[in-house]
Parts: sequence; C-alpha cells; structure tokens
Amino acid sequence: MSVRETLRQMPGQGGPSLGNGLPARLHLDAPLLAALLLLALGGLTVLYSAGGGSMEMVLRQALRLGGGLLVLLVLAQIPPRSYRFWAPMIYALGVVLLVLVVLIGTEAKGAARWLHIPGLGRFQPAEIMKLAVPAMVAWFFSERNLPPRLTDVLVALALIFLPVVLIAVQPDLGTSILIAAAGLVVLFMAGLSWRLIGLAVVALMIAAPLMYFFVLHDYQRSRVDTFLNPEADPRGAGWNIIQSKTAIGSGGVTGKGWLEGTQSRLDFLPESSTDFILAVLGEEFGLVGFLLLMTIYLVIVGRGFFISWQAQETFSRLLAAALTMTFFIYIFVNVGMVSGLLPVVGVPLPLVSYGGTSIVTLMASFGMLMSMHTHRRLMSY
Amino acid sequence: MRRPLTLKDHHHEQRIFSFRLLVGALLVVALSLVLVGRMVWLQVSQHSRYTTLSDENRVQTQAVPPPRGLITDRNGEILAANRPDFAVELIIEQVPDLEATLTRIGQLVTLEPDDLERFRKRLTSPRRPWDPIPLRGRLGEEEIARLTVNQHRLPGVRVAANPVRHYPHGKLFSHVLGYVNRLSAEDLDAMTLTEQADYAGTHYYGRTGVERYYEHRLHGQVGYRQVETNARGRILRVLEEQPPVPGENLRLTLDMKVQQAAYDALGDRRGAVVAIDPRDGSVLAFVSRPGFEPNLFVNGISHQDYARYREDHDNPLFNRALQGRYPPGSTVKPFIGLAGLDAGVTDWERTIFDPGYYQLEGNPHRYRDWKRWGHGWVDMNKAVVQSCDTYFYDLGFKLGIARMHHFLSDFSLGQPTGIDLYNESAGLLPSKDWKRAARGTPWFHGDTINASIGQGFMLATPLQLATATAILAHHGKQVTPTLAADELRPPPRPDIELNNDDDWLRMEHTMEEVVHGSRGTARVMAEDAPYKMGAKTGTSQVFSVGQEETYNEEELAERLLDHALIISFAPVEHPAIAVAVLVENGRHGGSTAGPVARQVMDAWLLDDNGELDVPPPLPRAPASGDSTP
Repeated sequence: MSVRETLRQMPGQGGPSLGNGLPARLHLDAPLLAALLLLALGGLTVLYSAGGGSMEMVLRQALRLGGGLLVLLVLAQIPPRSYRFWAPMIYALGVVLLVLVVLIGTEAKGAARWLHIPGLGRFQPAEIMKLAVPAMVAWFFSERNLPPRLTDVLVALALIFLPVVLIAVQPDLGTSILIAAAGLVVLFMAGLSWRLIGLAVVALMIAAPLMYFFVLHDYQRSRVDTFLNPEADPRGAGWNIIQSKTAIGSGGVTGKGWLEGTQSRLDFLPESSTDFILAVLGEEFGLVGFLLLMTIYLVIVGRGFFISWQAQETFSRLLAAALTMTFFIYIFVNVGMVSGLLPVVGVPLPLVSYGGTSIVTLMASFGMLMSMHTHRRLMSY
Repeated sequence: MRRPLTLKDHHHEQRIFSFRLLVGALLVVALSLVLVGRMVWLQVSQHSRYTTLSDENRVQTQAVPPPRGLITDRNGEILAANRPDFAVELIIEQVPDLEATLTRIGQLVTLEPDDLERFRKRLTSPRRPWDPIPLRGRLGEEEIARLTVNQHRLPGVRVAANPVRHYPHGKLFSHVLGYVNRLSAEDLDAMTLTEQADYAGTHYYGRTGVERYYEHRLHGQVGYRQVETNARGRILRVLEEQPPVPGENLRLTLDMKVQQAAYDALGDRRGAVVAIDPRDGSVLAFVSRPGFEPNLFVNGISHQDYARYREDHDNPLFNRALQGRYPPGSTVKPFIGLAGLDAGVTDWERTIFDPGYYQLEGNPHRYRDWKRWGHGWVDMNKAVVQSCDTYFYDLGFKLGIARMHHFLSDFSLGQPTGIDLYNESAGLLPSKDWKRAARGTPWFHGDTINASIGQGFMLATPLQLATATAILAHHGKQVTPTLAADELRPPPRPDIELNNDDDWLRMEHTMEEVVHGSRGTARVMAEDAPYKMGAKTGTSQVFSVGQEETYNEEELAERLLDHALIISFAPVEHPAIAVAVLVENGRHGGSTAGPVARQVMDAWLLDDNGELDVPPPLPRAPASGDSTP
C-alpha cells in the first residue's frame, strides 16, 4: 500500500466529499486560501509604506486583490476536466492574439504588449499564456504515454516556444522566460529523460552568450551589463540595483521599522511599490520580515505541490505542479533580481507588488489549483 | 527500454511523477536557501556597509561658510561689508537637461553671453559634487518672482540669497583693501588639508590688499550641518548643526577723513599718498590713483571690464603706493644731510660755492644744479631749504656710497617696510655690491653723485618715503607701518642714534623752513596754516636730459615730465603725521605735491572748525616681547 493510499484512508483528509465546511462547499482549499489572504494582507502593509503612505494606492491594490479572489472563486468551481477540454482552444486563441499584438499591438515604454479590444479595454494576451501554455502541454501529455518519447518532447517544445518567441519579440523578456519555464516544468514533471535535460543545460550554456550578442535588444543587454557590474554606472542603469541592495542591507536583522525605511521614503529606491517592493520589506522589516514572507510563500508552494501530488489524473497533476513551480519561479526571479543575484527582468513579487494583470493571473492559477483539489473523487484505479 | 504503447501504466507514471515532484520540491528548497543565504549576506554580513551607504545617501554633511569679518576704519566706518545677493544657481546633478534648462532660464531672466561663459567655465573646472553653480547674480525682484513661479519646471535650479562682499566706498580704498573673489580649485589645491576643510563651503577668498593679508582673521571657521535629503537633494530636516565661527571684524588704522582728503587732493592725476602716524606706525591714508572698482571683481570681473582696466594707460590696477618704484629725487636730501653730519663729513657751518654745477677733479663732466646759474655760497640749511644739488653732490661724494647705503637703510629704504600687505616692493638702494651683481659693472663716482640727490639707480616707493619721514620726524625711532588697529608689530631694527642728537632737531627746523621760510621750495603749503610743518620737495626725472641740452618741459610729452614728490610731517614740535605724496609727471614737488600733503595733514590735525586738534595715537595692546632698551 502506497503512502498516498494510506493518507486517503485517513479521516478528514482529502477532498470536499470528506468535509462539509464552508470552504469545502465553495470548492476552496482552506490552507491555501488562508496563506494567500495572509500574504495579501502583509503585501498591503508593505505597499502602504512603499507608496509613501498613500491609502489610495492600498485601496486600489485591495480592490485588485478582491477581483483576483473573485476570479479564484469562479475558477475553483469549474471542474478540471473542463480545463482539460478547453486547454487546446484557449491556447490557440492565445496564439492568435499574440500574433495580433505583434501586428497591431499598442506600444508602451518601447514594447508592444497591449491589445486594445473595443469595449473591453486593453489587456496583455501574454498573461493568458501563463496559464494556457502549461495547460496545453499538460493536455498534450495527458493524451500520451509517459515518460514522453523524443517526438513528443519535440512537439511539446514547439507548443511552448511558439508563444514564447511571439512574446519575446514584443519584447517582453521577463514574461517569455516565465512562460517558457511554466511549459518546461510540465515537460520535466512528465518525465523528460535526464539525458535530455543535461543536453539542454549544456546547450543553454553555449547559447546564452550567443543570445547576449545576437538576440537581445540593447536595453536588455544593458540590463545584463548592469547586473554584471552595477557600479559601472551608479547614477544611471546601476542605480536601481545599488539602491535596492542598500535598502535591504541597511535593514539588518530586524529592519528599520514600518514607515521608517529611509531608502524608499526618501525616494532613493525607484519602483519601490512595484518590482522592487521586496527592498522596502527588507529595509523596514529586516531579515525577520523576509523569512516570514518566505515562509508564507513556501507554505503556498508546499500546498501546491501537495495538491499536485494528490491529483488523480495526469493533466491536473502536471498543471498543478507547473503552476506551483511557476509561482516559485516568480518569487525566485524577483527576490534574486532585487537582491542583486539576477539581472533586472521585469518580474513582480507575486501578490505583493503593486500592479494589475499579474495578480489576476496568479489568483486564477490558484483557483485552478483549488478546483483540482476539491473536485477529486474517492476512487481507485 | 520500450514500453507497450497502447496502455497507460498509471502506477509507473505516478512513480515517475512523484519522484520528479520530489526533485522539484528539493529544487525549491535549494533555491529558497540560496535566496535566504543572499539575504543573510546582505542583511547580516554586509549590514554595516549598507547602513553606511544608506546614511551617506540620505545624510549629507553640508559645510556652512562663516560670515566674513567686516573691515572698518579706525572710527568704525564700514569699508567692507557683506550684503545679500540673489543669484540663480544650478545643481548640475539634479538638472535633467542642462541646455534646455539654460534656455528656459534665459526666457525668464536676462542672461548675458558673459554669464553663460563664466558659468560654463565653472562647469568644466573641478568642483565639489552637488555644489550649486551660480549662473547669474544681482537678480531683480521681478526676476526672482518669475523664477520662483516656474520653479517646478526647473529641477535643480534655485534662487539663493548669498552674502556677497561689498565695498561701499568703491575706488576710494581699492588699493589698500584689495578685494575678494571666488575661491578657485587652484586656491584649494594650494591649501593644506586642514585649511581645505575650513574652506569647505566658502565662496570667497581675499585676493589682494588687506583682504588677502588678513584672510586668516577675516575668514572665520567653517560650520557643519547634517541634513537629511531625499534622492532629489531636497533637504527634509536638519539632523545636527555646528554653527560656524564668524570671521573677525577688522578695524584698520586708516582714517576715512584722511583717506578721502588724500584721494580728493590727488584729483584725476596719477599718483600716490601715504600718511603714517609716526607715533605708532598707524597708516592713516593709503591712496593710489587711479583706483579701480573692487565690487566688479567680487563675482568675477567681466571680460570687457577687465580688458578696460588692462588697456588703460593710467594702469588703475597698479598699486603705486606699495609697488611704484620712483627715484626719490631731492626728498632724500634731509637723510643724506643727516648722514653727512653724523659721519662728520660736514657740519651746519660749512659752506661751499655753487656755480650751478659740480665737477670732479680731473673730469670735464659737469653735474648740473637745477638752478642753471647756481646758488652761490651754500650751507646745509640753505642746501635743504632751496634744494641745492651741488652741495649734495659734494657731500655725497665725500660721504661715499657705502656710508650712504648704510645710513639710508636704517630708514627702511631699499627694503620692505614690513607693512601688513603682501607684494611690497623693496625699492632700490644702490651699493657697489648691488651694481656688480645686477649690472656686472663697477661702481663709478658718478653713481655716488647721482645717488646723493636721489637719482640714478636709487628707487623708493611712496610707502617707503612716508616711513622714512616718520622715522626722521620721531628722531630715529623706528616704526613699522601697520594697517590693522590691533596689531602692534615690533620694529624691524634698532632705533637710529645720532652722534649728536641735536642734528635731528636742526634738520627738522630746516625742513620747517622749506615750508615756512620765504625761500622754501614748499612755501605754497604754508598758506594760512594753523600749525607748523616740515617738508622736503623732490622731482624725479623720468627722462634724462643730455649733457648739452636744455630742459624744455613744454616740448616733452606729458608722460615724460618729472614726477613731483614731497615728504612732510606736522606738527613740527610733536609730529603726529608723516606724509609722502607722489604725483606722476607733476613736475614740481612744491607746487603740485605740496598742497596735496597739506590737505592730508589738515584732515588729520584740524577739527571741523579748522582748529588744531591733534588726535591721540590709537590705544593699542602692548606688543609681546617689545623690548629695545
């Protein structure tokens, strides 16, 4: 008897059929929801300080989080088989929209990422792909035998990199990396052979310098340059990273206290309420604050893995793992870039950074996770 | 290893997946540890470093310049003050687009090409970062208003009220006060580190005159202010403040009234007046004309203004009183006379016959007296009163250059007087050694003869002549001309002791006759004088007349005319002022320079009603170590 079966037989464990609480009836996962709410609350607290004490900013973010929760609630009601059914069509629609962005997209800050739809306003089709790509690859593998054969791998790679390339040319390096990662996680979870993984790593190491010289845009290249040597231009490109490291470092173990961070409050830290909000947290709440944040994040990630592990069919399993892993990649890339470990790519700190679409997308992914978890049936195979 | 294609092996898939999930979870843990490790490194290991960086970011230490000391005359009349000047300044580090900003400022206030040029020069020269660079000063109220209204469109631009050095009397004191101007990078480079720290934040530096000499007293000590600023450099609050120690106010020995009299008396002529109180060396008046407008220099003089001064033939930037080297002419005669008396070469009774020239034995060259037909029989008294050259040719020759040089040195001729000003000229008191070294030729008798009437190689500054006169008027008591009222400076050498002390008195009375005698060369000075004064006139040749030529002053260009000189002191009984006057190309000492000296002495010695009222010497703290028995 496997561990899983043992667990399944324990009372109070598992799906909604085993419990009768309100969260269960609403197809919500209580631990995950609690962690998300805690994170949102903490995020708003930091945002209040990062925004220079602007209550308006906090309210707008709260509204956005509320909207995200609503999306989560709705998506949690939809059974996983519907996702599986709709995955190819949403993926196809997404690709079409991405092509449209390339053709008729609206420019903002030198990149065409937005699509204006009359009556619906503008949105970034790339956000849909954050969910559609892993869903599509998961769907693809759910139809195949695992571990995947080489041809299947190649098809999956094509499915992943078609939208990734379309997004990269917008150009939006951060999002395309995240989407590629989401798709590749599915590939990995599906059992991609270690030999191929090793090959890919070697290929990447060779490709990276070539990418740098021949593919990257100037502004992207300068970001990498800045990452490698931020002190080269302390007043220009290196400013962000120097100031954010200074903010974090000066926070120490216990931090300077809420609303007491001089780096952010005196405007030395740019983007302090969006991509660099972690620096505000690090400055005002110190290492303690950061460890608390990491704990909440890891609880969410852990719960995600648990849901994935408990999932009953391949599609849910792979998608849940991919969404969870993508969430962690968000965290890793953002913390890495703000603390100067990684180059600056525009990745927000999930559910804490001030800003629109990523919150909704993330909440949607948690809605899907909850759906997978709460729609399980007690069955044996 | 191939598996059957038809059936899904759920258990196998589950095992692979679980293992991959485990790998994924381990990866998450590992990467999380990397992040935590990074944060620990930043927040624990590097904490103090980043705390410092953060504080450096927000806390700026600003130097607060001390207010510069005021300069007054002896009666408290302000000669140099500080007054606020509204200037538009740019903090370059905060200006996003310099050219656009300059254009925009140009639309709000008038910017001359000169302003821009000066600004760009300051921009390119080394400077402290975040230091505001002035673009234009002397803003009017309307201009200030226009700039203030548009402040939000001009980041990094501000209107600041800075104290600016101001000289209310302009040209009147220009050569003695000198001026301050902007502290330059070269000035800072030349300083020690402590001095540099003290000048952090200071904008002005004494460049010439009293401003330069007493820079250390006028400057004061820098203060510091720690301020918290935001990223745009705006000061949010003051964290700590150590106020500056203001510069000392400096009271000078100068007397506004005497200075004004000297300045006015010279009029538009080129020349210099130095008046000294022989009782203590106080400098009462120190004038060189033409003067210059010192206020023009304070914030950097414009090219046109500077060119105008440089190209002016009257050379207004030249300090004639301090640095002008002129042949003293007949004004040295009283000193040569005393030298001869003291050396026993002559006495008051000895007479010689003056045929209008002097000849050395066996030499056809004739050294001419200014009076073509001669003075006839001449003794010491007559020789001084009527300024007989022949008598002094004879006396000088008998005395010899060595004794002449030695005696005149004691009157501070040929060496700096030690006045509290820099770049004083030492004049020239010729000697055999000097001529050999400087000219490479031996000393001739003719050189001695020329020197004995203050011509030839001999050169003196008006300041030296005034000092020598003060020493003579006080019977050999040494004085050092001093401008700062609280400085009592030790005399540079022992007092002069004559073998016969009476000679002082008799020479004084002889000089009194120069003014008050019926045939004195300065008798024009005596008119309606309520006190007695002594004087000696002089003319110094600019142009030397050939042996057989006659001197025709009409034909000489004005610039080649003799300089007029006079040295004088009063009242004869208890001298309280010694004056030297030089008027370039003024021709006759008595008629040109004499009235100037008289007006200067009147200004000092007479009260408002024209009554004699000799002011007491300045009360001064006794100098430490003042002990010449």
